Amino acid sequence: MNAWTSLFSALFIVIALVLISWLGVGVAGTSLFGIVIPYIAIAIFLLGVVARIVQWARVPVPFRIPTTCGQGKSLPWIKADNLESPYNTWGVIGRMALEVLLFRSLFRNTRAELWPGPNVTYASAKWLWLAGMLFHYGFLIIVLRHLRFFIEPVPSFVEAISSVDGFFQILLPTVFISDAIFLIGATYLFLRRVKIPQLRYISLPADYFPLFLLLGIAISGVLMRNVWKVDLLAVKQLALGLVTFHPAMPEAAIGPIFFVHLFLVSVLLVYLPFSKIMHFGGVFLSPTRNMANVNRMERYVNPWNYPVKVHTYEEYEDDFREKMKEAGIPVEKE
Amino acid sequence: MPKPEDLLIDTDLRTMPAKPWMETRANFRDGTYSFPGAPKNLKYLGLANPREWSPTDEDWKLPDNWQEIILKGFKERLEKYRSFRLFMDICVRCGACMDKCHFFIGSGDPKNMPVLRAELMRSVYRNDFTTMGRLLGRLGGARELTIDVLKEWFYYFFQCTECRRCSVFCPYGIDTAEVTMIGRELLNLVGLNINWVIEPAANCFRTGNHLGIPPHGLTDMWEFMVDDIEDLTGVKIDLPVNKKGAEILFVTPSGDYFADPGTYTCMGYMMLFHELGLDYTWSTYASEGGNFGLFTSHEMIKRLNAKIYAEAKRLGVKWIIGGECGHMWRVIHQYMETMNGPADFLEEPVSPITGTKFENAKQTKMVHITEFTSDLIKNGKLKLDPSRNDKFRVTYHDSCNPARAAGLLDEPRYVIENVCNNFFEMPENTIREQTFCCAGGAGLGNDENMEMRMRGGLPRANAVRHVRDKHDVNRLLCMCAIDRATLTAMMHYWAPDVEVGGIHELLANALIMEGENERTLDLRGEPFKEEEESEDV
Repeated sequence: MNAWTSLFSALFIVIALVLISWLGVGVAGTSLFGIVIPYIAIAIFLLGVVARIVQWARVPVPFRIPTTCGQGKSLPWIKADNLESPYNTWGVIGRMALEVLLFRSLFRNTRAELWPGPNVTYASAKWLWLAGMLFHYGFLIIVLRHLRFFIEPVPSFVEAISSVDGFFQILLPTVFISDAIFLIGATYLFLRRVKIPQLRYISLPADYFPLFLLLGIAISGVLMRNVWKVDLLAVKQLALGLVTFHPAMPEAAIGPIFFVHLFLVSVLLVYLPFSKIMHFGGVFLSPTRNMANVNRMERYVNPWNYPVKVHTYEEYEDDFREKMKEAGIPVEKE
Repeated sequence: MPKPEDLLIDTDLRTMPAKPWMETRANFRDGTYSFPGAPKNLKYLGLANPREWSPTDEDWKLPDNWQEIILKGFKERLEKYRSFRLFMDICVRCGACMDKCHFFIGSGDPKNMPVLRAELMRSVYRNDFTTMGRLLGRLGGARELTIDVLKEWFYYFFQCTECRRCSVFCPYGIDTAEVTMIGRELLNLVGLNINWVIEPAANCFRTGNHLGIPPHGLTDMWEFMVDDIEDLTGVKIDLPVNKKGAEILFVTPSGDYFADPGTYTCMGYMMLFHELGLDYTWSTYASEGGNFGLFTSHEMIKRLNAKIYAEAKRLGVKWIIGGECGHMWRVIHQYMETMNGPADFLEEPVSPITGTKFENAKQTKMVHITEFTSDLIKNGKLKLDPSRNDKFRVTYHDSCNPARAAGLLDEPRYVIENVCNNFFEMPENTIREQTFCCAGGAGLGNDENMEMRMRGGLPRANAVRHVRDKHDVNRLLCMCAIDRATLTAMMHYWAPDVEVGGIHELLANALIMEGENERTLDLRGEPFKEEEESEDV
């Protein structure tokens, strides 16, 4: 697959999805896009995610294979690094927390460069880490903020997030900082993929598609809030209807941009369990990170361990007995 | 071989081929691949499809149903290894690993980027084992397992030293070593292997060690070292071999028996144990800790490793010490107890000299020599004169496997700092868990693969050259027999004037032994002090 084919095929699919929802809502009606598709999407999402995790969890971990990124536990006077080379459950929890919450491994990132000489240099390269943080935390805050549509009364922590998030009242209504942060993060991740030759070379449509989809969702959301405003009360009415299983289209009309937003979210939910986005679930199961480095300390059992053909000492001695005796090496059988 | 300054003249990390990677075939260029496993070795081990063939042949003489065999093996492993299954699924191709592999840095070949090395298999995985891949084909990143794909696997899975450096930087801990290991297992199913892996494995199975040295040959070699030690120190040491009822079994890589500079490290162990009066034994049957099964298949790891516990049981020892070896320690630390344990016939290791309990080894009952020795030093049990090593300006290469599989980082440094006065670390992005591979591990340390070794070795050598130029470093220490063999060639090429050696070689230089003569020569028979050298002339 050509690098540009990857990019443009993903882009065309996302544009097609936008058009389908934009035009489709007028043809097929709002309840298809407002109720039927979201329900199907959520069902596929939930079942899919559970199925994937169960599928992984059912595969055994035959060996304890943590990657140690720091001094392991040995002699009492040697300072062991419980976060980089965990030796107990707390260490594992700490290591995973650092990984999941702060992207510890990405923080280590360096950039290698090859110079004439030849010479290799390494420089710290934390942009990917930073963009990853912006992207994921922006996304998290946006998701939490959306809870105001699904819960009545709105929980106070959601109110608090929204008010902090909208602290800079640049425009009316408020432009959320999280939206900007998310868009910056996602845009960087996209540009990076296009600009760095190695990354462009390895990128598949499956790398561009989720980025475009998420960008589409974020942009349609911002447009809906700040440009082509929709009736948020009606949106909330629809959302509450969905979560309480009393789905009904509100009487007030909602603009088509909302259905584009909702349709893209639905597509994301359907796509997610079958895609690389499942890394959010997989990271918790990764044996190199979630196992303690206590290999020599504690017994580990491989559920499918089986006997193998070995060369026993008896066979060995049979092969070499005379020579061993000549060389004065003790033998079992004279 | 081109001159060092010319080797990488056309290498560029940022220029990618015009053709997409799925459509680029592997190019078996001399100097960048290893020779295939000889039929006799495959036959001896009972491995599939022994025959004469060459990677440059069009026809690799595979079984007719090779595709079926590989895909069946693929499926089995997806069901047996969560690591494999997960690593096929969750890579986001973020590229954090792309410039972490020494072979990519030295070759500029994009398929040596860990992400792409794994994609070589993922593309087939998608095609045959995922719904999305089946539906979308190429658009879904899937491709069929063709003979060209298989040849590509052979080329690139034998161009990965399983060093795990990429795994350190991966946000999900994806370990290319796991992928390479499974890739090699699959290749093995249809008789694709390299001789530099399979011959040591066959030898090891037959004689207990890689070199195929029979028991009487071993004792000859050991006696030779004993004589050398007597010449150098005046101390005649006794060498217990296959001694029943000894307290400790000592197992080390056989690479240290036969070739310099490994032999000096081996003499170092002998002198240390003699000086301590340790009740221990060498074994001719378990005469190898290294395990080329690690580069063959999980089953082969177990077959070759089994002898260590079996010998410990036969000899009735209490516990085991293991010498300076890289992948041996990966196997001992990660696999031995699970595969061949429980070692409940042994006792939890306690140093007979210091009384220290090695809590971290209470289950495997196997202690690393630097753990053992650093404990001795800490407790003041050794008389050391580090000034004897004053002519050495030392740096330390964290051998990949002990560093990234076991977390043995500070013990070797503690020993080094106590046996010599001039120790300089290489730059921080190239040591400890970020250490660079010698580029000759995992069975790739053969001569026909020399160009690739020199390319892959550049990052390691470059860091050594840095401290050589900055601090006049002239000795590179490591705790791995493969390192000692391959880094020697590496230094010769990239960083002349730097010699390679083991930690216990310098320890033995510094060790003041009871009844020793006034020592003027180091273990290599060279004067401790440069002045004496000039006086001798």
